[in-house]
Amino acid sequence: MGLLSKKDAALITDPLADNNPITIQVLGICSALAITAELKASIVMAVSVLFVLGLGNVVISLMRNIIPSKIRIIVQLIVVATLVIIVDLVLKAFAYELSKTLSVFVGLIITNCIIMGRFEAFALGNGPWKSFLDGVGNSLGYGVILIAVGFFRELLGSGTLLGYKVLGDPIEKTGLYAIGYENNGFMLLSPMALIVVGIIIWIQRSRNTALIEEN
Amino acid sequence: MEHIELFFKSIFIDNMVFATFLGMCSYLAVSKKVATAVGLGAAVIFVLAVTVPLNWLLDQYILQEGALSWLGEEYAAYDLSFLSFIMFIATIATMVQLVEIIVEKFSPSLYNSLGIFLPLIAVNCAILGGSLFMQSREIPSLGLALTYGIGSGIGWFLAILAIAAIREKIRYSSVPPALRGLGITFIITGLMAIGFMSFGGMLTGGDEEQKETPKVEATIENKKEEKKDAKEIIADNTKTNNQ
Repeated sequence: MGLLSKKDAALITDPLADNNPITIQVLGICSALAITAELKASIVMAVSVLFVLGLGNVVISLMRNIIPSKIRIIVQLIVVATLVIIVDLVLKAFAYELSKTLSVFVGLIITNCIIMGRFEAFALGNGPWKSFLDGVGNSLGYGVILIAVGFFRELLGSGTLLGYKVLGDPIEKTGLYAIGYENNGFMLLSPMALIVVGIIIWIQRSRNTALIEEN
Repeated sequence: MEHIELFFKSIFIDNMVFATFLGMCSYLAVSKKVATAVGLGAAVIFVLAVTVPLNWLLDQYILQEGALSWLGEEYAAYDLSFLSFIMFIATIATMVQLVEIIVEKFSPSLYNSLGIFLPLIAVNCAILGGSLFMQSREIPSLGLALTYGIGSGIGWFLAILAIAAIREKIRYSSVPPALRGLGITFIITGLMAIGFMSFGGMLTGGDEEQKETPKVEATIENKKEEKKDAKEIIADNTKTNNQ
């Protein structure tokens, strides 16, 4: 890593695996699960959070010495809300269909705990460059889980990926459907998102036993 | 009748946690003991009951397209709905602060049991989600907005109470080590959500024959479209069933 020092690189790579915001820190589950029925929505959500958290962390970090600690929550909320409004308007202008699918969940990025959590835990105590890296790292960690869940739910639930029929056409019985494969519509319903995340946590903790909780 | 229907719908069918995943963070973090879960749940009901009607008023008289016409003809063309996120969250944060101050002053015992949870609530997605759903579902009157707020609060309360009770018991069972804690909680929540899906047929009335056929059709239609998320499918089923 010529560009980044070892410590800085760790800020990005740690949240991708052993300190993942969703599976380890338990942050940001609220707006994450409901939109993962399709891969495309998951990717857009991940990118939106990347934008909001990366930029928000820098803004908060720049202001960290002038924010009175008593009203810091409100200041943080206003910063996030402004950034989220930008995301929402951009989505409405360039991807209207998708912004309909995401509906209120774009707005719910505001109360996504990852964002407030990183502001509180990191940006208030570190410089802008480090905060930016931390924001990028954490939103990538969030995005990885989101995209994994979206991938499996869309593939098993509707047999498509990003809208392309990768498993063949269910109506004309081509591809896998020719040998009697059926889509599992249940994967599209909300409970399965929870169970898929539960399984991801299971796999991750089986691989790295240091993460196992004491009951 | 309208009120009762919306009330039960927001508790069981559109349950905040199980149908829309709102407030999952605090749901997972504060559900280790029943007593604390009850405290947080009560605070959520209270704050939702205050903020949803308040944000309804804001939406109706300031934010919607043409909402400013009470100021005079020349304001009728303004559409401030792009400001709703910032308005809603500011209202919620202020209300939570205000409620905290008032409760501390007038009922120290309530403050001691709720107090520590109140600041947590400002960033609970369930609260902002309640207001945003109120806006996107176009709830028609202030009274209904209040009903919706209380109903979804109670739904959230039930969910966190149930999971806290289960987690207290699960400590005595032998869960696979890698699933312990978070993993098993996720899976249990998923199973509970499947259970709650069965409430989807609750508001269909007593007419058995009309109930069954449209439901199946609606599911097939939704699968073909493949774009709707689960919440919409449930909402659609209920809608079709109601007709």
